[in-house]
Amino acid sequence: MKKKDLYIILLIASVIGIFPWLGGGNEYFLSILVFMGINGLITMGLSLLMGYAGQISLGHAAFFGLGAYSSGVLAVKYSLHPLAAFGAGIFLSALIAFLVGKPTLRLKGHYMAVATLGFGEIMFIVFNELSPLTGGPSGLSGIPPLTFGGITIEGYTYLYLVWALVILLLIFSLNVINSRVGRALRAVHGSELAAGAMGVDASGYKLGVFVLSAVYASIAGSLYAHFITFISPGSFSLMFSILLLMMVVVGGTQTIWGALLGAGVLTLLPEYLRGLEDFEVLAYGAILMAVLLFMPQGILEGVRRLFERNEKVKQAHGE
Amino acid sequence: MGNEVLKVQDLQKSFGGLRAIDSLSFVVTEGQIKSIIGPNGAGKTTLFNLITGIFPPTDGTFQFTGRTLNGLKPHDIARLGLSRTFQNLELFSNMNVLENVMLGCHTQTSAGFFQAGLRLRAMRQEEKRIREKAMEELSFMELEDKALVGATSLPLGEQKLLEIARALATQPRLLLLDEPAAGLNIRETEKLSETIRRIRERGITVMLVEHDMSLVMGISDEVLVLNYGKKIAEGLPRDIQRNREVIAAYLGEEGEDA
Repeated sequence: MKKKDLYIILLIASVIGIFPWLGGGNEYFLSILVFMGINGLITMGLSLLMGYAGQISLGHAAFFGLGAYSSGVLAVKYSLHPLAAFGAGIFLSALIAFLVGKPTLRLKGHYMAVATLGFGEIMFIVFNELSPLTGGPSGLSGIPPLTFGGITIEGYTYLYLVWALVILLLIFSLNVINSRVGRALRAVHGSELAAGAMGVDASGYKLGVFVLSAVYASIAGSLYAHFITFISPGSFSLMFSILLLMMVVVGGTQTIWGALLGAGVLTLLPEYLRGLEDFEVLAYGAILMAVLLFMPQGILEGVRRLFERNEKVKQAHGE
Repeated sequence: MGNEVLKVQDLQKSFGGLRAIDSLSFVVTEGQIKSIIGPNGAGKTTLFNLITGIFPPTDGTFQFTGRTLNGLKPHDIARLGLSRTFQNLELFSNMNVLENVMLGCHTQTSAGFFQAGLRLRAMRQEEKRIREKAMEELSFMELEDKALVGATSLPLGEQKLLEIARALATQPRLLLLDEPAAGLNIRETEKLSETIRRIRERGITVMLVEHDMSLVMGISDEVLVLNYGKKIAEGLPRDIQRNREVIAAYLGEEGEDA
């Protein structure tokens, strides 16, 4: 791992670590941080898929939902241990991602976007109609909190758990990026023709990263279900898939850090705009448009260029 | 003469009504430098794309060191030891020079998502080994000083050399070079012909598609001439230069384009 990456990870870990003393016991801030972490888990996977392998998924809300419903249904209806339910969600998401990805990723172009769009809609209908298990449109309530060996994980410990997973999967992702696998993914994105001629199985890698990103989303879904203890299909609709894409694009697709930044900004933004009441959606849209107009590469790259320009101005003035 | 590395038999390729390759057969023997020449649109690049599996032939077979290539995907063919460069450069612009060559070592490594993500020992050793190997290929091309530069920020001549370095990193038995001299000046072309000779000295068989006749005639052991997808001549450079049909194809008997 690069030194710079390590420092940022340590910074994030310390901010989360001292949050209980900073936040002064504020439940509201705590839940925002948890949601940032949960969204960040999904967008990291999406960043690997989009930014590195160049594939667009419009169905990640469905994998998020698969994780959430696996945890919810297995814990509520079958009293399964939460960890086992976690695993079941991961397995199911990986399997379905494999089945959806196998035929579509062999094709070049944006078939993936269309296929995942359809898949997301199908899962949305399944969550609604499979009411004996999912509770249908009125949702599934009474999901128990996470417990490990008799200790219930809630409040600050939940925050720590979510962000520990964010950091672990972040390190995992950075390691993948800086390896032969990451190079192969970038090669497929850069020139599929040349990647193939150098012995890279493009469809195999695309499939692999798609499954990996589905697993990240499923983990996020399970964490979500145990945190808010009530889930309904509305949280897993196409709108959420699009919001996830927005997070990645707004943050920046060049590096995985952009995805985390985007998840943070777009989780926080609606909370800030809440005071505007009727104008909330308007302001939200305007801000997104402004970001993409002035920083088409995303916030991360935009800010970096701003700093670079400042440096150049300073040098020009001989400072 | 050595063993047959590549054997092409009765190859046909049609794009709609256009016959791009028409009943073409030839053999490339081990250690040879074999050039394919012909006017623009003669089917030279199409031939390379067929051999490397980018699209399937309409009819005919390829055998590479005795194995049939028909039906194999490009990445399977690369694994067998057949590598290439591209006429219009296909470097990975999102990677630096060293990473481009390290990607060429892809088939000599095996770490998957988990080994890479957990940075297991085997993966780290593998990474170190191919980094050294990639640096060797870069110094073979005298590009080692540019290792950490973005691949597409190199001047054109060096980008061409980088593509060859990347192809050599796959440890090929047969290397297909598609117009490596296009866009190079005279000095760069002279150096390129020296480089191609040095590649052959490493025991790698070379197939060359090229328009620069002094390069082709200077280094080739055998030349094959294509015109409208058909073989019109095959033989030693000096015989090809005197072949009436070849001269006609290039200069145009009926005033066609040269």
